[in-house]
Amino acid sequence: MKKIRLLWDFMKGYRLMYIGAIFSVCFATLFTLLNPLVLRTTIDSIIGDKPLDLPNWATNIVEFLGGTNELSQKLWICALIIIALTILRGLFLYLKGKWSAVSAESTARNMREKLYDHLQHLNYDYHVKAETGDLIQRCTSDLDTIRRFLAVQSVEIGRAIFIVSLISPIIFSLNTKLALVALIVIPFIFVFAIVFFMKIKASFKLSDEAEGKMSAVLQENLTGMRVVRAFARQKFEIEKFDEKSKEYRDLTYKVVWLLAWYWALSDLLCMLQIGAVLILGTYWAATGVITLGTLVVFITYEGMILWPVRQLGRILTDLGKTLVSLERIKEILDEPIEKIEANESTPEIKGDIRFKDVYFEYDKDRPVLKNISFNVKQGETIAVMGQTGSGKSSLIHLLARLYNYKEGSIKIDGVELKNIQKKWIRKNVGIVLQEPFLFSKTIKDNIGLARKEAKEAEIFEAARVAAIHDVILNFENGYETSVGERGVTLSGGQKQRIAIARTIINDTPILVFDDSLSAVDTETDAYIRKALNSRKNNATTFIISHRVSTLAEADKIIVLDKGELIQMGTHEELIKQPGLYSRVWKIQNSLEQDMDKIG
Amino acid sequence: METFKEQDYDKKIDFGLWRKLLRFLKPYKKLLLLLSVVMIGVSGVDVILPYMNKYAIDNFVETGNLDGLWKFGGIYLVLVIIQVINIGVFIAIAGKIETSLPYDIRKVGFERLQQLSFSYYDKTPVGWMMARMTSDIRRLGEIISWGLVDFVWGFAMMIGIAGVMLSLNWKLALITLSVVPFLAIISRYFQKKILKAYRQVRKTNSRITGAFNEGISGAKTTKTLVREEENLKDFQHLTGKMRSSSIRAAIFSALFLPIVLTLASIGTGLSLWFGGQGVLMQTISYGTLVLFISYTTQFFEPVSQIARILAELQAAQASAERVMSMIETDLEVKDSREIVEKFGTIYNPKKENWPDITGNITFENVTFEYKDGEKVLENFNLNVKAGETIALVGETGSGKSTIVNLACRFYEPTSGKILIDGVDYRERSLEWLHSNLGYVLQSPHLFSGTIRENIKYGFLDATEMDIIRASKLVNAHDFISNLESGYDTDVGEGGGKLSTGEKQLVSFARAIVSNPAIFVLDEATSSIDTETEKLIQHAIDKVLEGRTSFIIAHRLSTIVSADRILVIKEGKVTEQGNHEELIKKKGYYYSLYTNQFKKEKESTILNA
Repeated sequence: MKKIRLLWDFMKGYRLMYIGAIFSVCFATLFTLLNPLVLRTTIDSIIGDKPLDLPNWATNIVEFLGGTNELSQKLWICALIIIALTILRGLFLYLKGKWSAVSAESTARNMREKLYDHLQHLNYDYHVKAETGDLIQRCTSDLDTIRRFLAVQSVEIGRAIFIVSLISPIIFSLNTKLALVALIVIPFIFVFAIVFFMKIKASFKLSDEAEGKMSAVLQENLTGMRVVRAFARQKFEIEKFDEKSKEYRDLTYKVVWLLAWYWALSDLLCMLQIGAVLILGTYWAATGVITLGTLVVFITYEGMILWPVRQLGRILTDLGKTLVSLERIKEILDEPIEKIEANESTPEIKGDIRFKDVYFEYDKDRPVLKNISFNVKQGETIAVMGQTGSGKSSLIHLLARLYNYKEGSIKIDGVELKNIQKKWIRKNVGIVLQEPFLFSKTIKDNIGLARKEAKEAEIFEAARVAAIHDVILNFENGYETSVGERGVTLSGGQKQRIAIARTIINDTPILVFDDSLSAVDTETDAYIRKALNSRKNNATTFIISHRVSTLAEADKIIVLDKGELIQMGTHEELIKQPGLYSRVWKIQNSLEQDMDKIG
Repeated sequence: METFKEQDYDKKIDFGLWRKLLRFLKPYKKLLLLLSVVMIGVSGVDVILPYMNKYAIDNFVETGNLDGLWKFGGIYLVLVIIQVINIGVFIAIAGKIETSLPYDIRKVGFERLQQLSFSYYDKTPVGWMMARMTSDIRRLGEIISWGLVDFVWGFAMMIGIAGVMLSLNWKLALITLSVVPFLAIISRYFQKKILKAYRQVRKTNSRITGAFNEGISGAKTTKTLVREEENLKDFQHLTGKMRSSSIRAAIFSALFLPIVLTLASIGTGLSLWFGGQGVLMQTISYGTLVLFISYTTQFFEPVSQIARILAELQAAQASAERVMSMIETDLEVKDSREIVEKFGTIYNPKKENWPDITGNITFENVTFEYKDGEKVLENFNLNVKAGETIALVGETGSGKSTIVNLACRFYEPTSGKILIDGVDYRERSLEWLHSNLGYVLQSPHLFSGTIRENIKYGFLDATEMDIIRASKLVNAHDFISNLESGYDTDVGEGGGKLSTGEKQLVSFARAIVSNPAIFVLDEATSSIDTETEKLIQHAIDKVLEGRTSFIIAHRLSTIVSADRILVIKEGKVTEQGNHEELIKKKGYYYSLYTNQFKKEKESTILNA
């Protein structure tokens, strides 16, 4: 029920319209049914000479139009009535189509935007663990299942119900016995359709899976083409693909084969039903039990009622999918998102940072950082080193409130970090992530991403500092070059440098480089750091790096090991102490020895 | 890149293109003919059934004479049975064609893909080829099978109805049918519009999928840049567009049906008006009037059906074009006819004629350029003795890979020759060379299946002993034996269940299980843990022994132990010699070595 409630919420603003769409189906059906009745009266009483057996209001209309005799001379009036009724029916059909489309598409849009917004605001942790493929599936195909249900299926269900419940009383009032004959097969066809489509589900699934397997083989073959060629395994691959392709063909054919049986059998039922009405109706019409017009009405209605009933079976079996899809979307929306807490503020940030006894863990009792204490003055450069898994990245993630520390205190310019709004602190801490993500926009837009009002000169300047300006100018389309699938392929170092440019374009008081120069060569690394230092605002800078040359120039170096701060000091101080830093520093010397050997 | 440019869909129907597809239809000539006959049968019964109503009205209801009603019922039953069989048969036949024809085209397409040159693969995204092989081909199957069904049925139905109407009362028929031309024009117009509108919807939809992908993959970056609101705004542009284009498409569809219904009702009205007068003047029977009325409603379906098929055919044409362009792409590297005669094909090799291989490789004035004229190598000369190990170093795009690809005959020289044991390799078959080649890629590509199957890939006739020997040689045996299912362990799609190092080791085993004379290694740059690193280094040393080897080298240990190091820059050898000689030169190699030295040592300490 909660799921339906969710859907109802998304339909906000379009609920009345949707109800209007369902009413339109009702009216369209009504007018569809009136046409045969007009034909019947025309045939029986206007062209023929049977007395009118109509409700009073209808008789009044006939009288108003001049009575049956007059009308038989002006048959065009009857023709016009039929056309007018069809136009009215068409009008409602159109309204149904339009209103159901507008409300379903608007609901779909609401859902898409809500999902997208929600995903953006989910915790950092959620995205670290997220399975992108599954999420996309939920946001696209599950959403589409729901949209289709609204736009087509539920309206179709409405139509089928209306048509049966409107036709039944009319034909019963015309002739009870023939009505019974006309309706007898309906439940059978309905049940047959439901049972059949339930059964065939398994076959549909098998065919889908076979297609998936065939695509998988194809994909593997294409991506591994070099291996295939190098080992001359074309024949082997062709046989492998052929097997899967055959399986897909045969399983799909099986589905078609079952469908052939279904349509043939359900057509048999329907046509026998129509035949029964025709023959019994003819018999009764000939013996005067019913009029010719009534017979025509029955034959026409029979054709109208069968198709929606057959469709109904199919739709109902599909209905379960909609609920499953709603559930899958609800799961995403139930995940908690980042919010602004009442005690959070937006203080001015200059860049003075104090860590005191900071403790942090991802999973309970598995500390990632413990007892971390250090101070950084505004404008200082802090280098962080440590082995893989020592907690370097976690340390700076805390700084941007991507995670919350569990114990201890982090003060920025004297304000406790937990009391600063997340978005505010992130606007003031420029982080360049280890594996930066570039959006599929132009390079220029990527650099200006975090600063909408950025002028071209500012973008160029940021790119120059990141030592990427000249590289960009060398691309065929310069700054207008697109990044990503349809654009150029950038090397790891180029991506990192663009990410640096887009971060430094906002003169944030705090800058963080999470091993973000790893793919750049040593000279470029040095160039970028020098360019950063000469900038007008003197940001407090954190640098995580493996390179001694990078670390050496920092005001302070922090060495982490298994979540603990084991060494801290300047380059001169640390090379004198035994430890990780001095070991890495010594590599420089061992290279010289190595060269000496060759002499 | 022109091969996968977006095509324009609004072209006129191109008969030449469809004629090309005829070769795929040949095996189905009889089925297609039968299908057409059955469809004519279906429409025949569809035309007769309303006529049965007329007959019943005129002969029983109007006369009150029930003689022959039983016979009438019998005939009706026969018609029903014929129709039911027709329906079952046409679905079965159309389904047969719908599934078998794509199978055939896929088969040809796949075989072609196995032979297309690497330059084709270099320039064609895998996704593009996938789409051709799956959805495009599926669409062709659908349009040819069900398109024919609807087309024949529609035409036969229109002709049948028109025929019966004209023969019963040609004046009334002409009056009633006067709406048909309008129906046809309007249907054609709308179906085109509808199809186009839905194509727009699909395009926007794929952009939305892309936006979700980017929003999710880039969520972490978005957070650090505090771009949530701007991203949402961008996204809202897309959803707004999606909404309006979907509604536009739906409105076209919603308009179409009422207009067709109204036109049909004008037909009904005309028959009622003039037909009714006829009945009053007793020139027309009641039954005929009823028949005309039901025919007019029956008429609009085939008309809009045919309009729809024509529109779909135009759309499917783009699919056909792309599929055919893939199938008809020229092969750049292939054996000449004489070579095929002598040494056989990949499907039917004549191994008895294959000469032995020693492994001397000579590049003689080799020039290589891409089709678009981009020159990679010019007058390149190199002489590699059997058993020698050549390390190629240089920047990305320097031509290292091209040299290796040429040696493997994945490319052929534009001019000049490559000799293997003194003979131009074009005078031997491709399979001969590739059977003597061991190849390890930078990112090892394994196929789904077990480890055993993957190693066997290098030598299909390998015995259990061969497999184990190869694995032991490259140090893979221990880790494999430690796995729960040993050699029967499933490696997952793309080898995803193994670590990068493990995949490397398996790919080494695969490369040497056939004991090839020539070995090619594109060394990985990605860092792996020290332990695996050592194992791999050991494996490389073992593998190189006694084989002519080309290595695109990144690791110092590999480079240092090579017999000869070639520094490649812009397609030329700029430095050449062994490690010590090159260090003394203090050139490019020297700086490359010192940088790499620091990097490797640092990562040894920091990734411990």
